[in-house]
Amino acid sequence: MHETVIEAGRSEKYYWQDLWRFKELLFILAIRDITVKYKQTFVGVAWAIFRPVLTVAVFVFAFDKVAKIENKSDIPLQIIIFTGVIFWNFFAMSFQQVSNSITGNANLVSKVYFPRLLMPISSVAVPLLDFFVGFLVMIPFLIYKGYTPTLNILFVPFFLILSFFASFSLGVIFASLNVQFRDFQQIAPLIVQYGFFVCPIAYPIATIQELSWYPIYQWINPLAGIIEGFRWCLIPNYQYFQWDTIIPSVVFVTITTILSVIFFRKKENSFVDYI
Amino acid sequence: MTVIEAENVSKKYIIDHIKGNAKGNTLSEIVTDNFKNLFTKKDDNEVSHEDFWALKDVSFKIDQGDRIGIIGSNGAGKSTLLKVLSRITEPTHGKITIRGRVASLLEVGTGFHPELSGRENIFLNGAILGMKRQEIKQHFDAIVDFAGVEKFLDTPVKRYSSGMYVRLGFAISAHLEPEILIVDEVLAVGDAEFQRKCLGKMKDASTSGRTILFVSHNLTAVQGLCNKAMFMQKGQLVEMGETNHVLATYLSHVQKTALESWWLTPEEAPGNDKVRLKSIKLLPDFVDNQKHIDVRTPFKIQLEFWNMMDNANLNISLHLNSLTGECIFNIGTESKSFEKGIIYAECEIPADFLNDGSYSISFMVVKDTSTAIHNFEEALIFEIEDYREGTSWYGKWPGYVRPKIKFPIAQLELESIS
Repeated sequence: MHETVIEAGRSEKYYWQDLWRFKELLFILAIRDITVKYKQTFVGVAWAIFRPVLTVAVFVFAFDKVAKIENKSDIPLQIIIFTGVIFWNFFAMSFQQVSNSITGNANLVSKVYFPRLLMPISSVAVPLLDFFVGFLVMIPFLIYKGYTPTLNILFVPFFLILSFFASFSLGVIFASLNVQFRDFQQIAPLIVQYGFFVCPIAYPIATIQELSWYPIYQWINPLAGIIEGFRWCLIPNYQYFQWDTIIPSVVFVTITTILSVIFFRKKENSFVDYI
Repeated sequence: MTVIEAENVSKKYIIDHIKGNAKGNTLSEIVTDNFKNLFTKKDDNEVSHEDFWALKDVSFKIDQGDRIGIIGSNGAGKSTLLKVLSRITEPTHGKITIRGRVASLLEVGTGFHPELSGRENIFLNGAILGMKRQEIKQHFDAIVDFAGVEKFLDTPVKRYSSGMYVRLGFAISAHLEPEILIVDEVLAVGDAEFQRKCLGKMKDASTSGRTILFVSHNLTAVQGLCNKAMFMQKGQLVEMGETNHVLATYLSHVQKTALESWWLTPEEAPGNDKVRLKSIKLLPDFVDNQKHIDVRTPFKIQLEFWNMMDNANLNISLHLNSLTGECIFNIGTESKSFEKGIIYAECEIPADFLNDGSYSISFMVVKDTSTAIHNFEEALIFEIEDYREGTSWYGKWPGYVRPKIKFPIAQLELESIS
């Protein structure tokens, strides 16, 4: 018979086992988020197409046509922006969804037990779906522009997983802190807003690669490496990405993921007292 | 076999108090207070922390198949205990061992999403309560049938009436098949017909050897359903044992502690520098050798307060609220001119008027029939017991009032109906 022992500060022996046992709930929460997002809309999931396309159009207008950003790479800015935005939307949305996953499910936290880690994990479903839709729109565009992706495209999952863990780890820390201090709810959108400009989304990395502080930048901005890797997968003969530049990102993401999960596990038992 | 064993379980909360007069309610006051807090150092801010023990050294054993009713006044720690047992919050000290699969129902329709349809919510709520998809599918028709929502399965639940919402929520939980079921006050909702259905369902569950823990303010339901009861007060377990015995202890405790409160000097009394409460009493007019107020008992509410204002035109506005905070009635005295001193007011609540349940009295001292000087919230909390004659039904009698209104029924003429 299943025996449960409840004690203060007891690190639950069956936590990961429980997480697995509740996988159906994970699935259902994910479906819930997706269904709810497009409920009572006229065009439904088509929004997942409109959103990135419109965003890209506006950015191309602002950065390429108006601001006329200096493009030191040999790739048209439209391609740089499209690939950048699709990636960034995924990162930014999952980060924000994960950050709000605990407070957004407050009614569950205070009424029923399940491994709390389910909430941040399931909240990535919506950004993931949006990413796939955006990705499917982007490919024909690349082909149309004469940049038919090569077999490098097979590495997309690797960079997707890397960015998943990057947003997840940061988001999980925010989610746990957000329960007690809603300040983090205010900070998260700012990070997304500033991050867009700090990372090479709307401009090519070549523009900053020649700057003297670039080697430091590469280390303190682990996202830059992932974005470049993502572009390397999609754009043929993309020369601005070397595999060794991804090492800082992999190291960073691994460490933050481990730390964030430890942090979350330490905090999760007290969520209900503060929420 | 012991299925739940709790040893010295305690749960502490820390409450912050902000001292001083910096507690405004208007937007400008809040803004200035917050700015003050922003610029003053932490220790200048007179924030004191108080430990509050929601549970203190609670130990008990529950055997398989027991149906335990947990009773106690508000704030006794009942809900905290259920939350600890269902692993929603962890205890500060102590240890609990549970053998078997637990399902807890702390709310009807936990996690229902208003935008999702009834069908989608059945699967969502089922999964949240720990049911497997297969189990939900298997019980799907029974759930829909029990809730009576066939026609609205594909309507978002935000368009459901509150009755339908509750019925659907309960129907799902009624089809849970855990070894241990933890239930908090779910019977406090829904109409009489539905409550009867719920009680029946819980009886079925208990006869199949399941262990049930049931928190309720409905003593009649506890009596009808539970073989044992736990009486909690101020976070401690006062008594656990055979239901009727524990209920008797509970009733004697509640009524002794709550029927009056008074203060000797204005300094320690609640209120502000204009008015302070001296005493509030509830005086029942018992017949025979009755010990508890029940639906038949008329009673008086007597108030005394210190008035520190000269030549003030005052009246009292009294609210009688249900424990869930809904106002049952509001009565006011006439407005009169008073000098400094003690002011007395009294009102009579007739017999056969309030239904059984827990009630609280709040009253406001009003100046010039327009300005509230002070609101004494929940100045008195009391319970009215059930008393029935000529019925064999023990479910919760619905409604807040239970007037004895003549309702004759008669046979008009004899006719043979074929």
